[in-house]
Amino acid sequence: MTQMLGLFKEAEKAAAATEALEQSGYGSDNFDILTGSPYPEGAFGEREVKHRLYIFPFIGAILGISTALLITVGTQLAYPMVTGGKPILSIPTMLIIAYEGTMLGAILFTVLGIFFESRLPNPRAGIYDPRITEGYIGITLECSEDRVNSVEKLLKRAGADDVLQET
Amino acid sequence: MQERRVQTDAEINSDLLNNVLKARRWYWPAVGISATVMFAAIVAWACVIVMGLGLTGLNRPIMWGFFVTNFVFWIGISHAGVMLSAILRLSKAEWRRPATRAAEVLTVFSLMVAATNIFMHVGRVWRLLTWPLPYDFARGIFPNVRSALIWDPSAITTYLTGSILFVVVALIPDLAVIRDRTTGVRHQIYSLLSLGWRGTPRQWKLQIVAGFLLSALLLPVFVSVHSIVSWDFAAAIAVESWHSTIFAPYFVIGAVHSGVSGVVTVMIILRYAYNWEAYIRKEHLDALGKLLIAIATAWFYFFIMEILASLYNLEGQEIALRELQVLTWPFAPMFIVFIVTGYFLPVPLWLFKSVRRSPMWMLVTTISVNIGMWIERFLIVVPGLARKQPLTFDWSSYSPSIFEIIMVTGTFAFVTLMMLLFSKVFPLIPIFDIKEGQILSDEIQIGRRKVPALKVEE
Repeated sequence: MTQMLGLFKEAEKAAAATEALEQSGYGSDNFDILTGSPYPEGAFGEREVKHRLYIFPFIGAILGISTALLITVGTQLAYPMVTGGKPILSIPTMLIIAYEGTMLGAILFTVLGIFFESRLPNPRAGIYDPRITEGYIGITLECSEDRVNSVEKLLKRAGADDVLQET
Repeated sequence: MQERRVQTDAEINSDLLNNVLKARRWYWPAVGISATVMFAAIVAWACVIVMGLGLTGLNRPIMWGFFVTNFVFWIGISHAGVMLSAILRLSKAEWRRPATRAAEVLTVFSLMVAATNIFMHVGRVWRLLTWPLPYDFARGIFPNVRSALIWDPSAITTYLTGSILFVVVALIPDLAVIRDRTTGVRHQIYSLLSLGWRGTPRQWKLQIVAGFLLSALLLPVFVSVHSIVSWDFAAAIAVESWHSTIFAPYFVIGAVHSGVSGVVTVMIILRYAYNWEAYIRKEHLDALGKLLIAIATAWFYFFIMEILASLYNLEGQEIALRELQVLTWPFAPMFIVFIVTGYFLPVPLWLFKSVRRSPMWMLVTTISVNIGMWIERFLIVVPGLARKQPLTFDWSSYSPSIFEIIMVTGTFAFVTLMMLLFSKVFPLIPIFDIKEGQILSDEIQIGRRKVPALKVEE
């Protein structure tokens, strides 16, 4: 299989290229768009991005509050000194540390979720060109050897400034 | 109306990476000066560690002085970042774009230096480890979770971790930009740091969602941190004048006041230092100026309430404290400087559009706010302790030693140095955010003029 990357200066031309690819049998699952900045979702007719990031903070929060309660309960029971006849476990103060623990867990797991859902780190990311961070829009897809020429023609006809290949 | 100039992505890269790729002439001398001041502070701190807290001006009953004042001040500054960045992100304020990164980075370094002040304050630094960490199994003594001094490390750890991760996540796309513009070892390092970022729609979507999600998670943490710092005072049994139910919101709004002013100061310095007039525009300063009027006035309301409520009960110690704070040398002139620089000088000036749109005036007024806010914390900490005891022969005063002055000055040098070093390695304005702003802007015809407008989301 050959990886191909078409580079477009204008967003309209890139959108036209994705349309042409779909017409020639490449579904939106077969190609990807590379840009140097976020474009409005669906600007290039790409597939809708589905993710489960919102689950991560909840898992983190549950783990965080459990750990915080374990530490606060554990430390008070480990040295059970009665102060002023009050109960050993001081609930209001435990709530403060439990709150911070909950938030810390939620934040840590959110960040883990961001990396997991963004598929990062990605050391073998595939074909790429530094011009993308200079404003070019890249359309990348994999195709069989016998279709390389037709895809290249299609991308160029749609207005690609350059088409790169990598096997 | 947006006063933006349309720029290409290549121009934005080149402008915002100008210091990363090639240092300015002033850069290394500035690093040298900050490093020298910081080194002096390290030497002073080493002397205090070796010879003891006797080298400071701390003595009973005033055992909290410059270091605690400075701790509260830097915690306050740290509130700028996330407050500004998170609220502006969540409200999709278009003018947030150049401000977020500097604000978030300022948060991180301010928090680091705030925590350092506590290490300075305790004298024997290593003992601090046995207070907040539950590890002292040999003696069977564990942290007292009922103490506000234990809530503090839990809140600061959460806030610092969250703030660092907030910066790191938003940096990844910009690291890819630097990766694409460097060669050799630097290219390899930035390739590693950018984690194989390519800019797929999935990655961008997650990046945007992450910005909102982390903002929403960090906002309640930021409120809790300064509330907990205020409880270091308000929950202390020993000092009667600190017992105030209003302390938590009063501290939070004070932190926002000094923090947002700190961000504006940093933004104006960046504007001058890196010629970023096209990015940090007068319209941004204007918007921040208006925001500051509202914040400062809210803070002033809490300040007045705190004074009124404390005087209303006519308790002897409270009256003695206010007399000391407001009418007695050397606190009286400090009080005047605080109230003038913290509110009565900047706020009336910000009412004028010409002042809000003048970088020089905004620089002067925001620095003035932080002079006032530093003194405000000093006036809470020291006079409170000076009149802590009901018996007058236990009343005392405090003046900082040269060691404390050098160490506190060193904290300012530390933040400056860290900001300088950060700006040499990473862009201080989020490149992708600026580019997104360009994409979303569009020219519309109104009468005979074409003006930039933002597309309304469908």
